[in-house]
Amino acid sequence: MTEPLLKVEGLKKYFPIRKGVLSRVSGYVKAVDDVSFFVNKGETLGIVGESGCGKSTTGRMLMRLLEPTEGKVVFDGKELTNISNDDMRKARREIQMVFQDPYASLNPRHTIEKILEEPLIVHGLGDAKSRKKKVRELLEIVGLSSYHAKRYPHQFSGGQRQRIGIARALMTNPKLIIADEPVSALDVSIQSQVLNLMQDLQKDLQLTYIFIAHDLGVVRHISDRVGVMYLGKMVEITESELLYDKPLHPYTQALLSAVPVPDPNFVRDQILIKGDIPSPSNPPSGCTFHTRCPFKMDVCTTVVPKLEEAEPGHFVACHLYGERAALINR
Amino acid sequence: MSERKAILQVKGLRTSFFTDDGEIPAVDNIDFSVHEGEVLGIVGESGCGKSVTSLSIMGLVPSPPGKITGGEILFENQDLTKLSDKEMRMVRGNDVAMIFQEPMTSLNPLFSIGNQLMEAILIHRKDWSKKQAKNRAIEMLNLVGLPRADELMKDYPHQLSGGMRQRVMIAMALVCDPRVLIADEPTTALDVTIQAQILQLMKDLNERLNTAVLLITHDLGVVAETCERVVVMYAGQVVEEGPVQTIFKDPQHPYTKGLLQSVPDMRFKKQRLYSIPGNVPKPGSIRTGCRFAARCEFAFDKCLTENPDLYQTSSVHKTRCFLYKNQEVSANDRTLVES
Repeated sequence: MTEPLLKVEGLKKYFPIRKGVLSRVSGYVKAVDDVSFFVNKGETLGIVGESGCGKSTTGRMLMRLLEPTEGKVVFDGKELTNISNDDMRKARREIQMVFQDPYASLNPRHTIEKILEEPLIVHGLGDAKSRKKKVRELLEIVGLSSYHAKRYPHQFSGGQRQRIGIARALMTNPKLIIADEPVSALDVSIQSQVLNLMQDLQKDLQLTYIFIAHDLGVVRHISDRVGVMYLGKMVEITESELLYDKPLHPYTQALLSAVPVPDPNFVRDQILIKGDIPSPSNPPSGCTFHTRCPFKMDVCTTVVPKLEEAEPGHFVACHLYGERAALINR
Repeated sequence: MSERKAILQVKGLRTSFFTDDGEIPAVDNIDFSVHEGEVLGIVGESGCGKSVTSLSIMGLVPSPPGKITGGEILFENQDLTKLSDKEMRMVRGNDVAMIFQEPMTSLNPLFSIGNQLMEAILIHRKDWSKKQAKNRAIEMLNLVGLPRADELMKDYPHQLSGGMRQRVMIAMALVCDPRVLIADEPTTALDVTIQAQILQLMKDLNERLNTAVLLITHDLGVVAETCERVVVMYAGQVVEEGPVQTIFKDPQHPYTKGLLQSVPDMRFKKQRLYSIPGNVPKPGSIRTGCRFAARCEFAFDKCLTENPDLYQTSSVHKTRCFLYKNQEVSANDRTLVES
C-alpha cells in the first residue's frame, strides 16, 4: 500500500479555562483528545459528529490555523507540526480550506478577482497577467462566468458564493482540501449542485478531501471513508459502506438511527439516546459516551477504550469489541 | 383520513412587504387548512414564504414594512386578520401557540424559567392564583420530559442546554392547551440525537393532547417522519399538497420531484445527486408565469406566460402544474372518489 497523503497521530487540543483575578488556569476544555487517522491520496475522508465534538478544531489544526497542544501531522512525507510559521505558510499552498459560511468568508469590499488572486500573490505565483487568466479559468471551472470577476460578493447567491470559496481554495493547485461544513448553509437544491461540483473537481484534478459535516446523508454521499467523533475523540472510523451498513459503536448506531429519512414508509428501530452531550470541560471518566450508552458496562466508567481494529479495516473505540471484550466474554 | 374537521383555514392569504422597490409579496394567494389533531408540514427552501405564513397566522408580521394585503385566516370560523391587537393577544397562546427555531433567543435571559412559564399562564387565566399557575407550570415541565421540574423552575435559560430550552419552549406553548401549535423549524438549531428526542416528544404530545401541529421545516426527512400531510411551498406559493405517503411516493410537481431527488439518502449511496439548475428566486422577483418555469426541465411556452392554478388531481392531492391540468378531478368526481 502506498504511503497516505496525510497522517495524523495523537492530535490534541486543550483550551485552558482561566478563572479569577490572576487568570489562573483552572482546567482545560479537551476539544480534541488524542485523535489519529490517515487520508489516502485521491480519497474523501468524512468526519462527522455533533456540535462540540471537535471536528472543526481538528480541521483547523491540520492547517495549523490552531496550534495543536500535542500530536503529529504528517503531510506528503513532511511533518507539519514542527516547522516554522514561515514554512507552514508555504506548505499551505498544498492544503487549502473551504469554510462553512459563504457570507462570512469572502471580504465584502473586494471584487471576486481580488479575492481569488490573493492566494497567488501570497504564495508569489505568476505575474499579474497570468494571475488574471487563472482567475477567469477557475471561475469557469466552478460553473461561474469570467465576467463575474469584477463583481462583489453581495451580488451572488449563497450557492454561487460557495463556488467562489471553492475556486479560491483551488487557486494554488492544492493536493488536499479541507472542507468544513461546506454545504450546511445552503438550500437542498443548491446543496446538491455544490456536492456534484466537488465530486467532479475531485475526479478532474485528482484532489483529496477531508469533508467535515454534521449531516450524515451528505457525508455518506461524498465520502469513501468516514470517521465519527464524540467529545473530542474518534470513536469509529472505517469505509463508508461498512460504517453505514454495520455501525459498531453504540454512539454511531444511535446517531444513524436518529437521522430522519425522507421516506414515510421507512421503519426502523430508533435508538433514542437520553440526555445531552456532556461538557468537554468536564468529560465523563472512562469512555466519554458511557453516560448515554445503552450498553454500558462497569469497565466503561473507568477505562478509556482505545481505537482498535474490531473487524478488518473497521476501527472502533468501544469495550464491546476487541481484546477486552474477548476477555470479558470468556 | 381527512374526515377530521378543519380547525384553521388559510384562504387566499397574501402578505407583502413594502420596500423602496415597491410591494414584494412574500406569500402570494395561498390556501391550506389544518385539520383537528393532525400534524401538517409546510416544507420549502429559504425565501419560499413558509415562515411569513406562520407569522401571518399569529399576527406577528413586522408592520411596517409587512402587511397582510388579502385573504383570510379562519380559526373556528373567526377571521384572525380582522381582529384587533387586543383580541389577537387573547387568541395567541390560548388558541394558537408558536415555538421558534432558536430556543436561546426566544427565552428572556433575565427571568427564571418558572417566572416565564407562570407569566404565560397568568396572562390567559386571570382568575388563577399564583399557586395554581406554579403547579400547572411544574406539570407542564414534567409533561415535556424535563427531570427535577421543581428546581428547574428557579433556573435561568443559560443554565439549560439547547434541547432542554426547546422543551421549555414547548411546555410554555402548550401551557394554555392551544388547539393549534405552530412550530417554525423547531429542531434546526439542534443536534441530530437531540432533534430525534424533540420530534418524538412533539409526536407524543400531538397524540396525547390532540393538539394540531403545523410544522414548518426545510428538512424532508423531518416531514417524512413526523407529518401526516404536507404542503410544499415555492416562491411564495403552494405548489403541491397531499398526504405524506402520496407526496413522497408519487410527487407530481417538478419542483417536489427535484427536491426529493436532490437529498442525499443515508441508507444507500447514489452515484450522482440530481440537482435542480439555477438558484432559489428572490421573493417577488418572478411575477409572470409559473414561478418554477425557469428551473423546470418540463417547462413549455405556456409556463412562461401563465401561472397554473392549484389543480385537484385526486381527492387529497393538489398540484400547481399545467402537466396535471387534464388530470383534475371535477367536484362530482371528487365526491365519488371520497365515497
